[in-house]
Amino acid sequence: MDRANLKFTRSHEWLRLDGNTATVGITDFAVEALTDLVYIELPEVGAVLAAGEIFGEVESVKAVSDLYAPISGEVIEINTSLPDDLDALSEDPFGRGWMIKLAIIDTSAADGLLDEAGYQDHCQSAPH
Amino acid sequence: MAYLFNTPEDIRSMLETIGVESIEEFFAQIPANLQLDRPLDIPLGLSEPELETHLRELAAASHGTSSRVCLMGGGVYDHFIPAAVDEIASRGEFYTAYTPYQAEASQGSLQAFFEFQSLICQLTGMDVSNASLYEGGTAVSEAVFMAMRVTRRDGRVVVLGSLHPEYQQILETYLGGLGCQLDVIATPDGAADVQIVRDSLDTETSCLVIQQPNVFGALEELESLCQAAHDVGALAIASFDPISLGLLKSPATCGADIAVAEGQSLGIPAQYGGPYLGILACRHKLVRQMPGRLIGQTLDRKGRRCFVLNLQAREQHIRREKATSNICTNQGLLALRATVYLALLGRQGLRDVSELCCRKAHYAAERLGELPGLELMFSRPFFKEFTLRYHGDATELIDRAATAGFDLGPALGRFPRLRESLGDAADQALLVAVTEQRTREEIDRLVDSLATTLTTTNTPQTLGNPA
Repeated sequence: MDRANLKFTRSHEWLRLDGNTATVGITDFAVEALTDLVYIELPEVGAVLAAGEIFGEVESVKAVSDLYAPISGEVIEINTSLPDDLDALSEDPFGRGWMIKLAIIDTSAADGLLDEAGYQDHCQSAPH
Repeated sequence: MAYLFNTPEDIRSMLETIGVESIEEFFAQIPANLQLDRPLDIPLGLSEPELETHLRELAAASHGTSSRVCLMGGGVYDHFIPAAVDEIASRGEFYTAYTPYQAEASQGSLQAFFEFQSLICQLTGMDVSNASLYEGGTAVSEAVFMAMRVTRRDGRVVVLGSLHPEYQQILETYLGGLGCQLDVIATPDGAADVQIVRDSLDTETSCLVIQQPNVFGALEELESLCQAAHDVGALAIASFDPISLGLLKSPATCGADIAVAEGQSLGIPAQYGGPYLGILACRHKLVRQMPGRLIGQTLDRKGRRCFVLNLQAREQHIRREKATSNICTNQGLLALRATVYLALLGRQGLRDVSELCCRKAHYAAERLGELPGLELMFSRPFFKEFTLRYHGDATELIDRAATAGFDLGPALGRFPRLRESLGDAADQALLVAVTEQRTREEIDRLVDSLATTLTTTNTPQTLGNPA
């Protein structure tokens, strides 16, 4: 996975744009910080999300964390195999570990997100 | 708890510390018109012997279920409590209402709650039970919240009018701030008409709440009602009587998704209205939306069996305002009583109790229904409780029975929420419940004494047609 094509949020989601479709997941940094994951809840196809809105949650043995939409759009697909294969998140967070696909109207909104370098800086300056 | 009082020296020293001359000066900041300008209107203190005498007199004026014949229903019942329940529940190791904050340090308590959960699962047929909630009414509300989270439908909740009116009231309070519509479907025939319920459910409905047996004592068509809820993608919540499950199909068998109950019948005395025991069990797939404590069994690092709190990541001490519920404790001591009670009875014992209640209730209903001015309000099948219609004011009949030493009721006219289902007959309706404790002799005596009073005091009013 070429991370140069990805955009990132400060809350550790990643996003990849293919035309008007955005694929969303969480970063390796987030997966490592969450420790052992036990459960994930994803939205239903058809849910309409605003940027920053909670679209699901991941539960580890320590905590339940919300997942935030990096960009506004409608959920057109969810990774249905993920709930039964949480190892995909630690083994391949940017590939098999994808969570949802969104149909985007305003793709330029992604320009406001962090790029790879900006995200690395964010992780080093504010590790949590 | 200690009574903390202030001696005159304490007050003087506190005033001195803050630099104020007198109590009057200290209170001067309160506007004069809000201050009480006279001493409190309470009697003088009593000496210890006087106080003891006074309390003894008050105690003697109280009547419990042990000194009278109790046939009262309405959600709390006079079931027999084996002495072993008190013996075990009052042991020093158990005798606290709360799970300690470092819960795993109390393996004995956790094991008892784990066994409670296992017993509740066996009873309801559900996959998972929590370690208990406060009581039956709030358990209904918690189940409704669960259903709203699971279905992601937070706009509409439907309950049958035959749900206990106090549970309806609690639910109204819980939903009050949420902008969720609560629809109550009246049940004029003593139980729901499945087709009417079906017609009123829609794809916005998060859940249908059904009480089995319902507040009138009657049995609902639970399976069809659960199916009707599922057909619109809603959850079915069944509020059940634990004792009835010795005879009736379990909530899980009938298709309910969440089963809740008031657990008072399981070894807990009536004790003036509480504390009681909330029960909540559900299907495995709903477990992450379940409120309250959930005890699990695992192995410690030496491979020994031990008990832990499960799914803690959702509780409010970790997840704060996003917690599944504000319930972060359980009704520990009473859950223990229910555990001991169920373990003592066993499967056959519960069946025996259930069958005795059912047979005796039907005998009482048959005998009472033969009296002039009395009839069964509904022709629905019932378990241990039924609604009686008196051709006069139901409270008058209750008073007459009470004079003869028998406690009936409550009168259903006191519940405004039942008026839509009962119509004009609301003030004539009363509940009668018969537990395994009642004897044929007691029932016969009740019937005989009512027969005397009904025939000797008949007036045109009580002989006339119902209003």
